[in-house]
Amino acid sequence: MSLNGWLQIVVFFAAVLLFTKPLGVYMARVFQKQRTRLDIIFGPCERLLYRLTGVNPDEEMSWGVYATAMLVFSAATLVLTYLVERLQHVLPLNPQHLPGVASDLALNTAISFTTNTNWQSYVPESTMSYLTQMLGLATHNFWSAAVGLALAIAFIRGIARREMKTLGNFWVDLTRGTLWVLLPLSALFAMVLVSQGVVQNLKPYDTVKLVEPQAVTGTDGKQTTVTTQTIAQGPVASQEAIKMLGTNGGGFFNANSAHPFENPTPLSNFLQMLAIFLIPAALTATLGQMVGSPKHGWAVFAAMALLCFVAVLTCYWAEAHGNPLLHGVDQHVSALHSGGNMEGKEVRFGIANSALFATVTTDASCGAVNSMHDSFTPLGGMVPMVNILLGEVVFGGVGAGMYGMLVFVIVAVFIAGLMVGRTPEYLGKKIEAYDVQLSMLYVLIFPLLILGFAAVTVLMPRLGLSGLANHGPHGLSEILYAYTSATGNNGSAFAGLNANTHWYNYTLGIAMFFGRFMMIIPMLAIAGNLAGKKIVPASSGTFPVTTPLFTILLTAVIVIVGALTFFPALSLSPILEHLLLGAGQTF
Amino acid sequence: MSHAKRRSMFDRKIVRRASVDALLKLSPKVMMKNPVMFVVEIGSVLTTVLLILNLTTRRGHFQFDLQITLWLWFTVLFANFAEAMAEGRGKAQADALRQAKSETTAFRVGKNGIEQIASSQLRSGDVVQVSAGQMIPGDGEVIEGIASVDESAITGESAPVIREAGGDRSAVTGGTRVLSDVITIRITSNPGETFLDRMIALVEGAERQKTPNEIALNILLAGLTIIFLLAVVTLQPFAIYSAAPQTVFVLVSLLVCLIPTTIGGLLSAIGIAGMDRLVQHNVLATSGRAVEAAGDVNTLLLDKTGTITIGNRQASEFVPAPGVKAEVLADAAQLSSLADETPEGRSIVVLAKEKYNLRGRELGQMHAEFVPFSATTRMSGIEVEGRSIRKGAVDAIARYLQEHSSQMPAEVREAVETIARSGGTPLVVAENGKALGVIHLKDVVKGGMRERFEQLRAMGIRTVMITGDNPLTAAAIAREAGVDDFLAEAKPKDKMDLIKREQAEGKLVAMTGDGTNDAPALAQADVGVAMNSGTQAAKEAGNMVDLDSNPTKLIEIVAIGKQLLMTRGALTTFSIANDVAKYFAIIPAMFAGFFPVLNALNIMHLHNAESAILSAIIFNAVIIIALIPLALRGVSYRPMSAAALLQRNLLVYGLGGIIVPFAGIKLIDIVIVAMHLA
Repeated sequence: MSLNGWLQIVVFFAAVLLFTKPLGVYMARVFQKQRTRLDIIFGPCERLLYRLTGVNPDEEMSWGVYATAMLVFSAATLVLTYLVERLQHVLPLNPQHLPGVASDLALNTAISFTTNTNWQSYVPESTMSYLTQMLGLATHNFWSAAVGLALAIAFIRGIARREMKTLGNFWVDLTRGTLWVLLPLSALFAMVLVSQGVVQNLKPYDTVKLVEPQAVTGTDGKQTTVTTQTIAQGPVASQEAIKMLGTNGGGFFNANSAHPFENPTPLSNFLQMLAIFLIPAALTATLGQMVGSPKHGWAVFAAMALLCFVAVLTCYWAEAHGNPLLHGVDQHVSALHSGGNMEGKEVRFGIANSALFATVTTDASCGAVNSMHDSFTPLGGMVPMVNILLGEVVFGGVGAGMYGMLVFVIVAVFIAGLMVGRTPEYLGKKIEAYDVQLSMLYVLIFPLLILGFAAVTVLMPRLGLSGLANHGPHGLSEILYAYTSATGNNGSAFAGLNANTHWYNYTLGIAMFFGRFMMIIPMLAIAGNLAGKKIVPASSGTFPVTTPLFTILLTAVIVIVGALTFFPALSLSPILEHLLLGAGQTF
Repeated sequence: MSHAKRRSMFDRKIVRRASVDALLKLSPKVMMKNPVMFVVEIGSVLTTVLLILNLTTRRGHFQFDLQITLWLWFTVLFANFAEAMAEGRGKAQADALRQAKSETTAFRVGKNGIEQIASSQLRSGDVVQVSAGQMIPGDGEVIEGIASVDESAITGESAPVIREAGGDRSAVTGGTRVLSDVITIRITSNPGETFLDRMIALVEGAERQKTPNEIALNILLAGLTIIFLLAVVTLQPFAIYSAAPQTVFVLVSLLVCLIPTTIGGLLSAIGIAGMDRLVQHNVLATSGRAVEAAGDVNTLLLDKTGTITIGNRQASEFVPAPGVKAEVLADAAQLSSLADETPEGRSIVVLAKEKYNLRGRELGQMHAEFVPFSATTRMSGIEVEGRSIRKGAVDAIARYLQEHSSQMPAEVREAVETIARSGGTPLVVAENGKALGVIHLKDVVKGGMRERFEQLRAMGIRTVMITGDNPLTAAAIAREAGVDDFLAEAKPKDKMDLIKREQAEGKLVAMTGDGTNDAPALAQADVGVAMNSGTQAAKEAGNMVDLDSNPTKLIEIVAIGKQLLMTRGALTTFSIANDVAKYFAIIPAMFAGFFPVLNALNIMHLHNAESAILSAIIFNAVIIIALIPLALRGVSYRPMSAAALLQRNLLVYGLGGIIVPFAGIKLIDIVIVAMHLA
């Protein structure tokens, strides 16, 4: 660990803090249909869209209608992407003449991008045409993020409204979120990325002569000399911007943000991390603004920041300490090298920025990577996994992090709220049996999918274990990580696991699908129920949700619920691996 | 029920009965109502069956497996015992009440005179006569006569109370005894539905239904149980993958340690004990829901008279109008009050006698006609020998003067305001359409009320004083007593409107009342406490009855409601926090045999794998027993702000819940190793 590393981490937190309030307040204005400076540009577009689609922007929706609209929209766009993938060989913008995508992979990918997961069981540059990348995938980067944003806003409305049956209009929230928030930010960010060297073109791939020809052994055992290299091209910057801002994480290239065309410089790296947290962090301010308690927004922000900071600290510490088995190798940071465990990391980012990126991308449900989590030390690699296992509520995905956190707030308020001698209430809303039931359902689905699928998978040597590159506790980590990432709609991979098989494509697809929509339905039902309640005015007898104590309580509930659920499984994977590594055993 | 207060926590008789009940409660039909403990029972059955199977096939480690199985059963039994203890305390009370319910003879007033029948044959609507020394055969309303009644059988209070026809002291309860005089009573309840029957059912917990918050908490606990079930069930495949498979005994132990058995086992005991505490304060709640609501109360409506001020106002001064002699005023005041049997009326007669030596006159020979006080005119008075005297509140008299085309002199108005500002009650006296002056009635605020209201304010509860006084008087007393707000010149409808207004803002309102005209408001309030001395209508409208008829008890009721909820929250937090230590005991014990490096997680340095698992499961069972007193007594509660309470309880039950089991498990480990049990 170095001062330079710490400074970069602190500067990053400061930058997140700086943008939280202005963007959060702006988003509150956007979704409450208040005037903003961008109305001149997007107002006419919005009206035109409503006229074309026949949407009545003044129509208010109950939670059921809101959920139905969201499901219809998601299903329609899922089918569109599936078709584009399958038919890409007969569609334009395919300079590499890539064939149509296989059905299980196409389905897995369509679900993956619809659910904001962006799990990629494939190598994009050799699988997806430019049209598929733009029309099939990049659009979902906008839509899935806008859907998440709309859902979070609907939930916040549920808390803020009193004795109302409706949560707003899904189509309006979707449109305004895309036009006023995602589109301008992405356009701006794409320009900045281009300035850093991220490519943006529709050219066929370049072929260059190697300065030093390489001799390689093929799978058939024959030796060949490679003299040329194919360099993939494409409309990267435009997709890269929304990939981060929408916490999607699906790379244009297989190497994701470790690829120099996606993430060329330390500055672009810094901005990419900032872009991941930008909207999720700002949503805490939006929450505070819309429920009329900015302090509560900050209390939630503080809980998120605290969890994030501890995670970064752990990951950075674990990675900077390097590998205990490399006796006699200087793993200290110096002017000549970055020290620590550099396996799977880019030298231009180093330890601190790789640890920070890994934490940020898994705190949020982004899943973009600038280093290979599989190559982290056991404890360093456990941090991203634990981040997702906590429910991705540490800032979390665009919208998804906020509503996930709010469900935890309800659970926390219910458990501890009784201790102030009142039936628990959250911002004046009484938390009753129905709310608890749905919150528990929400909390339950997550471990059910992760542990359920992982348990079945480890019991199936042929289907489940044959794709493993490593065995022992590390192999278990790889399987656990895959289902965690899918269910949590993160999309980052631990690698080491060949997931492009029927078993993994389908089960991970199911995990992604249910991990998103089966959690949204109870969440919206809670919001709908909350919206109909009276608001009990606050007094000194009310459970305080604006204090540091609340922040600590919320943090504790998240950690304890997460830890209690997954500790047994983790103790046989990263924890055991860490301890075995110390004893000199590797996998 | 005064004997109830003296009963110790672990009365031998109750413990014996509870031990038997704990066994009877093992029936799956009963257990199913408690999902957490039901899971433990299923686990116990599973290990028992396996233990027997292993015995026949000579597999497993018998000594360890047997101990685990036994402790699993103990866990279930301890939880049942806790519930039975809570119920047992109620049953003991019910037994005492049943003695009061013995069969008596009733003297029914029929068409053909009085007939003797058994009290159990009385039906609602029957009219009975009860004379001195007899037991009142059923609940009813006095329709004729006045008597002193010994109600100690239900209230525990030995001083007799007055019950009389009409007014707000007409209700009588079956099983109480008439000490003097003869009263005629109209029976208002059928056998089996009497107050005493309801009370017995209530303290016994026979009619106990889960309250809304209890249901919600049960759902949370069931949800957590399912999550832990998932964690444990999926652990076996992971263990098999890691070539470290576990026995069913170990897995069930892990599951039972993780699921919230502490709160799951004590939850219903807490609810029963909360009702029991209320009964010990001589308050009967018709439902547990009302007790929960009491904890949530935002606004407390308190009648001024009798609650905030000492009973009654006393006349202290006569302030005559200009040109009127004080004696004339005193004379008129006394005359008008002669038939006024209220304490205020009597105090006016006394003051006139003491100050101006005016003797109370015999009214019999005077052909006087009294004008009784009514809620609409808000005046009372007398018509005697061509004199028409009225006394009443200033606006009522002003209206009366206006009808006689006369006006209130400015000086009288001034005097009224001076008295009102000082907290007194001005009563204006007028004769034949002319104001004579003002009587100063003084109000005395009870000692210690200000402190209590401050406590309530700290708890976030707003107090509103309800009074028939004019706004000025009300404001002065409100200031002196330290209430947050007041409702002056309140008519029953105003009280109702205030409750509805508060409720529309989402607030919960509590109030006390005794009169029939309080009944609608009592029914509307979220917590309506009727005085036992009040009318039947009031008692039926409210959701609680205070046997002591003490309106200040509302404050205690709120505290009991809060304590009930806090106890639930505290034990839930404690229960979940406990799991951290149990993980550190069991996980290394499960896998260190296969991967010795995992001993690093054995931070308590427990002796061996078996002693670790046993210690955890023993701690898990014993903690239920250890916390029974807390569950029955409730966590200590002092009025303070929610933020302060939360901080204190999180520290005690949250942080404490993490630390205590580390020490407890270690201690048990040392003991069982010393006893060679593992």
